[in-house]
This record gives sequence, C-alpha cells and structure tokens, in this order.
Amino acid sequence: MPQKGLLLRILEHDTGGKIFLAALTVVAVLLPVLNLAVPEGSALHVSTYTVTLLGKYLCYALLAIALDLVWGYCGILSLGHAAFFALGGYAMGMYLMRQIGERGVYGNPELPDFMVFLNWQELPWYWFGFDQFWFAMLMVVLAPGVLAFVFGWLAFRSRVTGVYLSIITQALTFALMLAFFRNEMGFGGNNGLTDFKDILGFNLQSDATRIGLFLATAITLALSYCVARYVVNSKLGRVVVAVRDAEDRARFIGYKVESFKLWIFVFSAMLAGIAGALYVPQVGIINPGEFSPLNSIELVVWVAVGGRGTLYGAVLGAILVNFAKTYLTGALPEVWLFALGGLFVVVTLFLPQGIVGLLRRRRRKAGLKEAAT
Amino acid sequence: MNPLSVFGKRRRERARDTAGAERHTVTAGEVDVSHGPILYLENITVSFDGFKALNELTLYIDDGELRCIIGPNGAGKTTMMDVITGKTRPDSGTAFFGQIMDLTRMSEYEIASAGIGRKFQKPTVFPQHTVFENLELAMRADKRVWPTLVARLSGEQRARIDEVLEIVMLMAQRDLRAAELSHGQKQWMEIGMLLMQDPRVLLVDEPIAGMTHQETERTAELLTSLAGKHSVVVVEHDMAFVRSIARKVTVLHEGHVLAEGNMDEVQNHPAVIDVYLGA
Ligand SMILES: Nc1ncnc2c1ncn2[C@@H]1O[C@H](COP(=O)(O)OP(=O)(O)OP(=O)(O)O)[C@@H](O)[C@H]1O
Ligand SMILES: [Mg+2]
Repeated sequence: MPQKGLLLRILEHDTGGKIFLAALTVVAVLLPVLNLAVPEGSALHVSTYTVTLLGKYLCYALLAIALDLVWGYCGILSLGHAAFFALGGYAMGMYLMRQIGERGVYGNPELPDFMVFLNWQELPWYWFGFDQFWFAMLMVVLAPGVLAFVFGWLAFRSRVTGVYLSIITQALTFALMLAFFRNEMGFGGNNGLTDFKDILGFNLQSDATRIGLFLATAITLALSYCVARYVVNSKLGRVVVAVRDAEDRARFIGYKVESFKLWIFVFSAMLAGIAGALYVPQVGIINPGEFSPLNSIELVVWVAVGGRGTLYGAVLGAILVNFAKTYLTGALPEVWLFALGGLFVVVTLFLPQGIVGLLRRRRRKAGLKEAAT
Repeated sequence: MNPLSVFGKRRRERARDTAGAERHTVTAGEVDVSHGPILYLENITVSFDGFKALNELTLYIDDGELRCIIGPNGAGKTTMMDVITGKTRPDSGTAFFGQIMDLTRMSEYEIASAGIGRKFQKPTVFPQHTVFENLELAMRADKRVWPTLVARLSGEQRARIDEVLEIVMLMAQRDLRAAELSHGQKQWMEIGMLLMQDPRVLLVDEPIAGMTHQETERTAELLTSLAGKHSVVVVEHDMAFVRSIARKVTVLHEGHVLAEGNMDEVQNHPAVIDVYLGA
C-alpha cells in the first residue's frame, strides 16, 4: 500500500511520534465507546464533559506543534501565536453564528443577535460567505495565513530578530485583542461569538456531535503531525534549523533566509488557525480573551516544558500543562499563575530541553551503563 | 618593478560602455570575465564610526588566479571579504563580479548563488547538523523555498558529497554532528562546504588556523589544485604557508593596498618591510 509506505517513511526514526500516534489512535477508538456505549452509571463511562476537555487538549497540542515549528526549529520565539489560533477560531465562530439563523433571541434570519442589538441593518461585507462551511474553512487558514504573511514579510525583511521580534509579536496579539473588544468591529465585542446551535446540521449539544468533533480533532492532529514531520524531515526543515543555528552562514551559502522564515511562519500560523477552528465548536465560545498576550505566553511554556524542536515534545507539554491547569484552577484557583511562572523558571533553568530532553538523557545514560557492563 | 604600477591599466570596462568593442553575449547568471578579471574592487571605502577599515581600496582578481592577501591585524582583509559577499556595504566605491554584476546591489544569497563562496575566519558551521548534512545544505542546487521542500538527493549528488568527504578527510565523521568536530576538522568541513557550492570565486579567510603541519600541507595542495578552474583568494598570516602557495601576493595595510607582486618582490618592498615584516 503506497499510503502506508509514505506514512512509515515520514515516521522513520521518529519513535516519539509513533508512540504519540499510537496513543492517540487508542484514545480515539476507546473514547467514543466508553462515552456512547457504556451506560452512564458504569465506572468505565467517560462523561461528555471529559470528551470535550480532551478535545480541547488536542487543539492545544496542535497549537503547540505550530509554535514548535517556528520556535523549536526556526528559533523565532513568537509571543503572539495565540492570535492565529484566535483568528481561526473567529472564522469558525462566524460560520457557527450564521448557522443560528432565526433561532437567535431576536429571530433575525440574517443578522447575529449582537448586530441586531447594535441596531445594524445589514450584514457587514466581511461577514459575507460565512454561511458557507467551505468558505469559513478557507478563512480558517487564510485569515491567519495572510496576517502571518504580511507581518512576517515586514519583520523578516527588515531582519528583526530575537527579543525585538518577540516583543512585536506580543504587541500584535495585544493590538488585535483591543480591536476585537470594540463593538464596532463587528465581531461581538467583549462577549465574542457564542450561543452556537449546530455545525453542518448536527446539534452541538448532542453527545454524538461532541464525539464527532473529538474525532475530527484527533484526525486533524494526527495528519498535521505527519505533515509537520514531513516538513522538518525535508531539506527545507534542515535549512530552517540551519537558519536557527547560524543565520548568516545560511545566507552565505545561498539561501534567502527571509523566505524560509516566512514560509515556516505562515505554515505555522495556518496550523494554529486550524487548531482554533476545532477549539471553538467544542468550547462553545470565542471572545477577545483568546488574543490575550498571556495565552501566547502559556503556549510558550507548554512547548518549553515538553521540549522544543521535537514536535511530540510540544504535544506532551501542551497536554500535561493543561491537565495541571485544569486540576489546579479547580482545586486552588489562585495558585495557577504562580505555578505557571514557577514551571517556566524551573524548565528554563534545569530542563532546557524539556521533559523529552530529560528522557533522552536518561536513556543515553542507561545505554552507556549497559555498554559499560 | 613597482607593483603599484599595474593599477589603472585594467579598469573594468563595462560591455555596454565599450563603444565599438565586440558584443559580449552574457547569459543571465553567467559571469562575464571577457576582460580578464573576475572581481573588480575600485576605490572602496568602509568606515566604522569614522574609522576607515577600508580606505580607497582598489583590487582586481583575475579569473582562475590564486591570490594571497596578507597584512597586519586590522588591515581590513576580512572587511574586504565582507564587502565582496554583501555582508558590509561600502560607503563609496564599486565592487563588480565580472563585467556586469554589481555586488554592492546584490544581497548575500544572490552573491552566493551567483558563484562567490566564502570560508569564514572563525569557522562557522551548522552545529546541530551532521557533517553530511552540512555539505548537503551547501551543495549547489535550486535553493528557493519550494524546490527545497521537495528536494531529494540523487545518487549523483550523494556520490559528490562522499567524494568531497574524502577530499576533506571527514569520511569517518560523516554522521557526527558538526558541533563535535575539532577546530581543524571544522576548518576542513568549511572547505568542504565551499567545494560543494562549486563557486567561481572562493574567498578563504585564514584557513590553516588550528591545523597540524600535515593538514596545512594538504590545504596548500588543495587550494593550489583548485586554482585555474576557480579563482581563489586566500587571507593568511602564516608566511611559510603563503610562500608555499603564492603566485601573486597583495599586502593590505590600513585599508588599502600597500604592495602587490610575487612573494619576493613584496617581501623586499621597503614600505612592506617598514610596516609589516620588519615590525
Ligand atoms: N563591525 C565592525 N565595527 C567596528 N569596527 C570594525 C568592524 N569590523 C571590523 N572593524 C574594524 O575594522 C578594522 C579591520 O578589520 P578586519 O577584520 O577587516 O581586519 P583583518 O585584516 O581581517 O584583521 P585580522 O588579521 O585580525 O583578521 C579593524 O580595526 C576592526 O576593529
Ligand atoms: Mg580577519
């Protein structure tokens, strides 16, 4: 089977990736059974709440892969990557808004409630087309992609790097947050977009739809992982790492460094947009808070904790940190931010390669011992 | 003979300016060396905060020539290479690659693709890549983004990389990360990267620092063998080494050419003895 051959070739030498994809497959097969087929009273039953929570983690994992591509592989520390996630989320949210139709509080078939509330008479032009699923999906990748392209083109061409680049990415997401807070922008102001009813005709409140969304997320994550692995395994991937380690050298052997940075940045932004689009129907809301600079910083912590430059490390970090966050914000809400800060300090000081680096070191040591005896 | 007297004789004549001269047919990307020199540096001045690292430097390198550049620390040798490769823009003066390529208007990657390769004074390699991958990245190829994404090594290309690995004696280190190489090995690997690029002009800044006597000899052999097919510009402090390879030597001092000629002429030049060899 050529398909299988391709997959095996992509995952060659990627033990971490194989483990991750195997685990993801097991979860994707078991979860629907445990949620839909096992009766609610049973100890084995998995609640829909948990399914949605896990689906959310998988979206974060995809977002973490996106950041790992630019930060771990290309050395561009973006502190605004949540902006691309949010844009993808808004594109999906606009589709879901239009699906509500007459079922809104005001019963307007054309206009979402918040527009009726603002006394708007007609749909703004940039909402056109979002009643079509395909158009919305196109925007899910195009909106973040175009923003990343314009931003990256300006920044990389003027050779903005390092801390300065990080700061302007942070400024970018902050500016977008302020813009989306404004009611006149036409994206629902600080309430954002919510009260979604259905997606492609399926009721968003039903367990089956929830499972469907979870599976769609798992499949997208797996596919994206493979595509990202293909990219970093390609010669382009090696150039990108070369740019990270010795940017000037890459120039002097004939690579137009700006173009490579731009390519990986735009690709990453599109992945982040897809993650956002999968996230919104599961959590049921998108608001300007998603642009918050803090979100982007948390994202950096996930990747740092898991270990950058490995892809599966980013996945691991995203899931572990968010699991801890869910637990802590439930048990000791005031502690979370301190825990996050502490985690970052600890990882930076003691685990520069994150958990994956730690595991690798362990294994190498074990290997050495074995060789010695 | 006063080595300075050669100046002015060979000003670069641009094809389009030369009235009545035969028409040059120049394919895009090809270097036009029909007038002899491949590199023309004329009246180049580079200043850093008022300090002139290069001061009205004028220098020509012939196609296929092996040229040694010597000069005391801070003479501007590295800065000259920075100007040629687009790293530093001159405040004034012109730098041409062949008859028509204006180096001062080209970016680093364009200059590299046009056929000027460089080995840095301080070895700069890709530390996280293996020796093989370092050579692969340097290899002459379509280096635009999309072709790079789908690029696959052909058997021929693999063979070429292996061949270069043999030349630079790094076959055994093929799959070692470059970070793990010794200083001398890194020097060799950079030379290997230069070979992979297959450039018209090789700029080699202090190639033998950190090399053993034997390695130095091999470097001399290699550089001499490259001349002819390529133009090679070598900056080096080691006089014995320069003597062993030099045909023509240029002495730089305070950002301009002090003397030019064969090793003996240069060494007996009073000004040179004064500022450099005598010191
Ligand atoms: N980026 C820079 N900023 C300020 N001064 C510089 C810069 N680059 C070079 N210089 C100065 O210009 C002068 C020429 O430097 P250059 O590196 O070209 O000398 P060199 O001939 O290569 O010397 P060496 O033999 O030590 O390598 C030196 O005095 C150096 O300090
Ligand atoms: Mg120097």
